[in-house]
Amino acid sequence: MGEPAIRHYGPKAYSDHPPFSYPDYRSTVKRSPTHDLIRIVQTLSETTGPGPAWTEIAEEDTDLTTNTGTGSPAIGERIIVTGKVLDENGHGVPGTVLEIWQPNASGRYAHWRETEFPAPLDPNFVGVGQCLTDAEGGYRFTTIKPGPYPWGNHPNAWRPSHIHFSIMGPSLGMRLVTQMYFPGDPLLPLDPIFNSAPPGARERMIADYDHEVTEANWALGYRWNIVLRGELATPMDEGED
Amino acid sequence: MRQSLGQTPSQTVGPYYTLRLFREGENIMVPPGHPDRIVVHGKVLDGDRNPIEDALLEVWQANSAGRYRHPDDTRDLALDNGFTGFGRAITDFETGEYRFETVKPGPVPDAEGAFQAPHISLIVQGRGMLNPVFTRIYFSDEDEANRDDLILRSVPAGRRSTLIAGLTEDAAYRFDVLFQGEDETVFFDF
Repeated sequence: MGEPAIRHYGPKAYSDHPPFSYPDYRSTVKRSPTHDLIRIVQTLSETTGPGPAWTEIAEEDTDLTTNTGTGSPAIGERIIVTGKVLDENGHGVPGTVLEIWQPNASGRYAHWRETEFPAPLDPNFVGVGQCLTDAEGGYRFTTIKPGPYPWGNHPNAWRPSHIHFSIMGPSLGMRLVTQMYFPGDPLLPLDPIFNSAPPGARERMIADYDHEVTEANWALGYRWNIVLRGELATPMDEGED
Repeated sequence: MRQSLGQTPSQTVGPYYTLRLFREGENIMVPPGHPDRIVVHGKVLDGDRNPIEDALLEVWQANSAGRYRHPDDTRDLALDNGFTGFGRAITDFETGEYRFETVKPGPVPDAEGAFQAPHISLIVQGRGMLNPVFTRIYFSDEDEANRDDLILRSVPAGRRSTLIAGLTEDAAYRFDVLFQGEDETVFFDF
């Protein structure tokens, strides 16, 4: 017990992230700030975060092909998605909750808002999972390769296959929600959400096919690392700019 | 200069995040009948002042003693059983209203060794938001502490009121999140 540890995290690298407003993704236009963000010094309120407390109560739920409890497996291409959550200094981020959600093999979400796309639901697939990163930041899910699906952003708009990932690291500023995409998807260059991230950074959202992860007679393997903000080695004068 | 792997870009939570990111009761952070219970409620409004009907709000706060449930907070202050300091709420699909039940956080230190005014950190995401926005909820019945708060003082005077939740009824505070316009909520970068 004593004085709290004040860490100093590096800034969010805006050159790595999408802008708030990206008119090709129409709904960003009215849902984005127009004032500049106000830069503040990091205090205990910013350097701490819900990750560790939440990790204590979160449960693993890593096999989306069987987690509906119906006793029957989901239909579609079974895949393994594995990798590490790292900070930008290359250190694994342990004890972090990853939550994922996705549509089924037909591109249909098991969500009440999906009413337009006449693709079948799979009673054996809900498309949600959760895991805790291990001591090295590692995670692993078994799931079904999600299908592409149409959306209303522009005529004949289709989202490329993707899995939503939510990561709650140990510090508030490390909060990240992103999407994992698949290599070689012809829809990627056409997708305004993927393209909202700057070139050079958007490619980091595409998983690698990894034959070492593929399991014989079982499932193809993909490897994807997620990189969060990291600690600075020495505090910088964050309030001065 | 430091080596950087390059951060993974942020993407929107999209319209279907409630499949995983909200579970019933995650906005109720204290048990019913808790003596220090407060309600924080409000709307999230877009640039046309229409309610954002599918926003996700995540809060992070100290307990009423001012202690964060986090390994970096090593101060000799009591933790509450069952109170994590983390909550999630979604806006109502019809009205855009959200609601948290929690406690008012106690004082936590600022960067200069004094105490900050009581505040709750808030992250807002949603369909049409490619990045999360970060703000803070302060309380209108903490005038004196608010006046001395270093972070509030770093905000232009005319915009500070966007960060202060008004007491609407007994122990209920209203905090609206507004995008765009002169009265846009202050969003922070840190």
